[in-house]
Amino acid sequence: MDQNNIDDIYRDRIILDHCRNPRNTSPIDHFDLVGDAVNPFCGDESHFQIALKGENLIERIQFSGEGCAINMASGSLLSEAVTGLTVKEAGQLAIRFVESMRKPIGENVEGTFIGELSALISVRNFPVRVKCALLAWSALEDAISERK
Amino acid sequence: MYDVEKIRDDFPILSKKVYGNPLVYLDNAATSQKPRQVIDSLVDYYENYNANVHRGVHTLSMEATDRFEEAREKVARFINSESSDLVVWTRNASESLNLIAYSWGEDNVHEGDEILLTPMEHHSNLVPWQELARRKNAVIKFIPMLENGTLDMDEVDDLITERTVLVSAVHMSNALGTINPVRELGEKAHRQGAKILVDGAQSVPHMPTNVQELDCDFLVFSGHKMLGPTGIGALYVKRDILNTMEPFLTGGEMVLEVSYQEASWADLPMRFEAGTPNIADSIGLGSAVDYLNNLGMENVRTHEKNLTSYALNRFEEADLEGMDLFGPSDPEIRGGVFSFNTVDVHPHDMGTFLDRMGIAVRTGHHCAMPLVRSLGVAATVRASFYLYNTEREVDILVDGVTEALRYFRDGSE
Repeated sequence: MDQNNIDDIYRDRIILDHCRNPRNTSPIDHFDLVGDAVNPFCGDESHFQIALKGENLIERIQFSGEGCAINMASGSLLSEAVTGLTVKEAGQLAIRFVESMRKPIGENVEGTFIGELSALISVRNFPVRVKCALLAWSALEDAISERK
Repeated sequence: MYDVEKIRDDFPILSKKVYGNPLVYLDNAATSQKPRQVIDSLVDYYENYNANVHRGVHTLSMEATDRFEEAREKVARFINSESSDLVVWTRNASESLNLIAYSWGEDNVHEGDEILLTPMEHHSNLVPWQELARRKNAVIKFIPMLENGTLDMDEVDDLITERTVLVSAVHMSNALGTINPVRELGEKAHRQGAKILVDGAQSVPHMPTNVQELDCDFLVFSGHKMLGPTGIGALYVKRDILNTMEPFLTGGEMVLEVSYQEASWADLPMRFEAGTPNIADSIGLGSAVDYLNNLGMENVRTHEKNLTSYALNRFEEADLEGMDLFGPSDPEIRGGVFSFNTVDVHPHDMGTFLDRMGIAVRTGHHCAMPLVRSLGVAATVRASFYLYNTEREVDILVDGVTEALRYFRDGSE
């Protein structure tokens, strides 16, 4: 098989790397926000615990989850992307991310995200898998909805 | 002589390519592909004798009625029903089961009565009974399953009591491939005065079915898993039971005489077929039955049994680390269904990887959520074979799974 074929989705191995070694998984002693999301159809799960600095700054985040490579990588990449953001900024990022992932395939969203987060954009080429990439973002929205 | 390459030529879709690779269609437990003969029969109906049935005196209506009832005859003979008026058209096996749960269940299941099921039922043979039990305060029990994915038949005699009114069992599991001893279950049920229902959704397409030999009271199955169109299924019920059942849906077609105050019911089987039926797809299913009869269901079963043995051997040889294959290892009691879990690769990732190679498999819980959970996993990958699959396709599957494991586990190419 043409290896590039499958690398379309698990691009640059970033997704595989994050799936095998998810970041920010160490437990947090004290946390302010908790969020969970479960996909009952496939059993995938995503959970976050967030420790704030002051009222609004995301200082530490713990990700835990179960499921496919895309779900695990998405949770791990998200945890890195939102660390250091304010709760409001994280909420805006989530909205922008979900909107971009749901845009029609023809529409270019490259460049919307900086850094490793952009690896998830390739999942758009596999519409049935987009929901796998979005589960973690639902869990994040669940966590920060308490603060809206 | 069973010539699989010649058979494949009858299926236009099998020459399709997916991502540049030849399609390897291994999702037959979900739905089968259709031969040209079946597709042509649908076009023929719409082009040449499209009309409503059972009510017109004009030529087209008479032809449509003849062909529609001829299809019922074919299906009746296919399962060796003693008569075609015991075969009721439905949309699918699920609708057949709901029809029984209402038309038979409402009058025959009472508070404290017991319904015995197997743990490997499709949701379609589980949820209607849960709902009936809830309405009636009846009790649902399950036959335990052994480690190898077969039923613990030693427990059955104790589980069927004088309170048992129905034993309902899947003939071939869509998730494990297990072929259950439904005839023996029927004997045990009858001994206690209970009825036996056989869910033939996965067995009728793959092996000879003989309702008289099975001595089953009810048999349900779907057309689209046996080369037929979607939206057509059937229900067989023994005459003395069907005669006592009230209609499920009421309205046109199913009545004998109607006044402004009341109505009386038409004869069997039309009493259970309110409204204009699915004429085209019934005729299409009749054509699918012709196709299967031409091949011979014994030959189909033999072909799939050989394929199953071949696949079991190939997977054993490959000895893939961290791969659990579910279901019995004896091809005599197993259909061509291969459900597996891999420790390091989630079923969705496996499914996407295989799809890129042109291999269509199913991932998920296969509408058997409690069963898949009891295997200790959230989902499995399922490859399921049919009469047009080949050993070469099994090789492609085994190679694909091997490659996927390497890709996700080691990241090496």
